[in-house]
Amino acid sequence: MNSPSQPDAFTRRKEFLTGARDTAPLLLGAAPFGLIYGTLAVASGLSAAAAIAMSLIVFAGSAQFIAVGLLAVGTPVLIIIATTFIVNLRHMLYSATLLPHLKHLPQRWLAPLAFLLTDETFAVTVHRVHKEDGSPYKHWYQLGSSIAMYINWQVWCLLGLLLGDRIPDAASWGLDVAMPIAFIGMTIPYVRNVPMGVCVLTAGTSGLLTMGLPYKLGIIVSALAGVLAGLLTEVAMRKRKEAAKP
Amino acid sequence: MTTGEAILILGMLAVTFGIRYFPFSLASRTTMPPLMEAALQYVPPAVLVAITLPAVLLPHGEWWIAWNNPYLVAALVATLAGALTRDLLATIAISLVSFFAFQMIVG
Repeated sequence: MNSPSQPDAFTRRKEFLTGARDTAPLLLGAAPFGLIYGTLAVASGLSAAAAIAMSLIVFAGSAQFIAVGLLAVGTPVLIIIATTFIVNLRHMLYSATLLPHLKHLPQRWLAPLAFLLTDETFAVTVHRVHKEDGSPYKHWYQLGSSIAMYINWQVWCLLGLLLGDRIPDAASWGLDVAMPIAFIGMTIPYVRNVPMGVCVLTAGTSGLLTMGLPYKLGIIVSALAGVLAGLLTEVAMRKRKEAAKP
Repeated sequence: MTTGEAILILGMLAVTFGIRYFPFSLASRTTMPPLMEAALQYVPPAVLVAITLPAVLLPHGEWWIAWNNPYLVAALVATLAGALTRDLLATIAISLVSFFAFQMIVG
């Protein structure tokens, strides 16, 4: 990759296209999520119009996935919205990290960039903004990445919807088995260390113990219990490691 | 689209955009407390497991731990496939195929 050293060699167009290009591998990574979301959305009881609208105006992969899973087990709307809040809290960290590089921009930039912010776009953009090459158009890079992600997500979700429509009687068998499989497939890559293991075991046990709570509140309680358990284990292990140092 | 669906989607939009935009609405530079940052990484697996485990062990609201519980069989296969491949798409493909093979042999 040849990066020009003169600031005036940067153009909006070049930044935009580089942002989109650097996101390409992540576009592929998002594909199965979009496909599965589309396939399962209708089987969970969501109308096709609502499934598409959710992708278009919420645009949050894991939250959409979880919303569909919660709908399938008859969770009240308010609990789904509360769960969405918890699941997406990490995005606040992303915005806060990018803010120093974006705060000079007007609202007509900030609002769309915030709306389009995803894990993937954050991952490539944070890399770009920390490169001190004096480009005045780094926000165009983020926009390029964002728009590539947005279009890609819509296409895969739509393909998933068409696929779900083709599978005969998907509602009777597809959702029932595919949902736990997909959720387990998404969970396992996280479980890399002891604190994560403790988090997952606590959340699961708590999920079983709190099933009696009304409005599926047990899911939120258990998620928080899992987070707390993981965090406490992490802190305890760090303290022990520091104490063991000579 | 039903009213319920519209409320759901608009509510999800409000919280998602609110979270993503909130730091931008602050004039000065903000930093997240390190403990909060550490806590956030545990959220996705915790939520996923809290939904999945009860759905698999009590699919119809009652305990069902037996080999003829299809959800439990699918979950065990997925756990094994996931641990071996650590890849979402491969896990889903392997699990679905094994599950339907199991159904054909057993059922």
